[in-house]
Amino acid sequence: MSLHSIVLVKQVPDTSNISGDVMRPDGTVNRARLPAIFNPEDQEALELALRLKDEFGGKVTALTMGPPNAAKMLRECLYMGADRAILLSDRRFAAADTLATSYALYKAVQHIGEYDLIFCGRQAIDGDTAQVGPQTAEKLGIPQITYAQEIQKLDLKQRTIRARRAIKNGHEILEAPLPVLLTVIKDAAEPRPFDVRRLCNYKRAQSKFEIEATVDNSHDLVLVDELLEKAKVDDLYIETWNIEDIDADVEMCGLAGSPTKVHKVENVILSGSEYKKISATTDGMNEMITELMQDHIFG
Amino acid sequence: MQAKNKDMVWVFAEQSDGKLADVSLELLHKGRTLAEKMQSEVSAVLLGHNVKGLADALFAHGADNVYLLDDMELKDFRSHPYANLITKLVEENRPRVVLFGATHIGRDIAPRVASHTRSGLTADCTELKIETLTIRKVEHQDLLLQIRPAFGGNIIATIISPDVAIQMATIREGVMEMGEPDPSRKGQLIPVPVELDPIEIAVKIIEKHQEPSAVNLKAAPIIVAGGYGADTPEKFQLIKDLAKVLGADVAGSRAAVDAGLIDAERQVGQTGTTVRPKLYIAVGISGAIQHRAGMQESQKIIAINNDPEAPIFSVAHYGITGDLQDVIPKLIAAYKSQLH
Repeated sequence: MSLHSIVLVKQVPDTSNISGDVMRPDGTVNRARLPAIFNPEDQEALELALRLKDEFGGKVTALTMGPPNAAKMLRECLYMGADRAILLSDRRFAAADTLATSYALYKAVQHIGEYDLIFCGRQAIDGDTAQVGPQTAEKLGIPQITYAQEIQKLDLKQRTIRARRAIKNGHEILEAPLPVLLTVIKDAAEPRPFDVRRLCNYKRAQSKFEIEATVDNSHDLVLVDELLEKAKVDDLYIETWNIEDIDADVEMCGLAGSPTKVHKVENVILSGSEYKKISATTDGMNEMITELMQDHIFG
Repeated sequence: MQAKNKDMVWVFAEQSDGKLADVSLELLHKGRTLAEKMQSEVSAVLLGHNVKGLADALFAHGADNVYLLDDMELKDFRSHPYANLITKLVEENRPRVVLFGATHIGRDIAPRVASHTRSGLTADCTELKIETLTIRKVEHQDLLLQIRPAFGGNIIATIISPDVAIQMATIREGVMEMGEPDPSRKGQLIPVPVELDPIEIAVKIIEKHQEPSAVNLKAAPIIVAGGYGADTPEKFQLIKDLAKVLGADVAGSRAAVDAGLIDAERQVGQTGTTVRPKLYIAVGISGAIQHRAGMQESQKIIAINNDPEAPIFSVAHYGITGDLQDVIPKLIAAYKSQLH
């Protein structure tokens, strides 16, 4: 039996690069203005899956839940070496918390069918919760190896995998039966560059939304269907699934399926600057140090 | 006071090699405050092997009850058996609140427990409160307000889980203060039978390496921390030099950790450690809310930054606008001269 890995990926706003024009006058972040990037740890998770494919053969499927423009990240998955890309996108998935997200991913994984390994990043940089991986594993009823740093051994006969995971002040090596879900931490595997040949080919890969957008009259369903079929035949189709496609319960998805709700948000108001300004001179430093010594902070 | 409600606030008592994690004890103290508001009790959930002796420390730190799950198979932490046993206990007893330390262990199992019990779970809370809220004319009693910075740190979000019975949160070490233990406090030890299916213990630990932590930022009286402004190893060396002269511990913002300038275990902030030293010197740290959340209760704060508008100055007692490569050598020289 050949190896099948599913990699859960997410497109995230690049919160690490918040520049001036992203800030609104009231001091909040305009998320729409942040560049959307491939969540870094998810990209490392994909790299780990691809390395196993390099060694053992088989197939890698990239799966994301997100808005239509997440197709861009899925194309990057194809450029790197993924065999199949699936975009789970439906307005009714919107405003999902981690529980509703993991439910949708679980239904999508079930819809994909047989698999041996599921990889995902430990956490996404826009929320840092690290919850979706374990919650998806729980729903699938499979074990998990979180904070994975390295795959040490895959035994397809015994159907076991050995991985090293980070723990506080150290690491441990775990052996798990397949299937298992691994959440991958940064520095586990430097993602490979895009393969030029794959890039030339798959830059034409499109999701259903993108195919629809190329048709002037989007109600021309016959034409859309024709184009979809052609994309499938050409192996240039980013599979696009909605709630019905994965047979999910609407009540368990999106806002309706999210137990956590945002009760209120407050802008961070900086208190008036009461601090003592110290000049960047030796005199200034001396004055400050003297005060700190008098306050018994030093000495 | 006689508790009106049965034990409604639970804290996962994390232990490793028979030693309790500080964060669990901190959460017990916070749990007591929450439970009093609910006129209820706090319970600790303790898993391991031969760990019964830890119950007294849990009582001393505020637990009214300790659920004890003691079994050979639980000697070392493994997510599947730990999560499933806690899930079962939660389902049987239906506490309103379950708190986990946001550790490698807590962050591994809390999502599994929350997933199975369909509970609300919020990661890395910086404050927790119990309130009764009326939402769309429906009164919700004993809601857990899960408060944390969000969206790049420009807002503070209050998260609630009004429509489910069980509310969960993870909290980083040091965020809640550990009160004094009361060794005379007693509580009820509740042994829970441990039954595990073979599938739940199928993951095996082949090897485990753990070194005692050389880092204890929480106990450091003086901390010198560097951020994105100290973005080269040379600049960061100046921060280490200053720390050495002052006898201080070195720390960093998340930006410094992400840039590989300092180890993650020395990260101060919402997703790192919360510290309250006598003196905190922030060098080249702009001071996003996530960082300020982890250091703003320091007794004295010195901010050194070349941007006079940096938010770090809003929590500082002393502010120096200038280039760290100019300021730090002067600061070191001035300190040395005053020592003599």
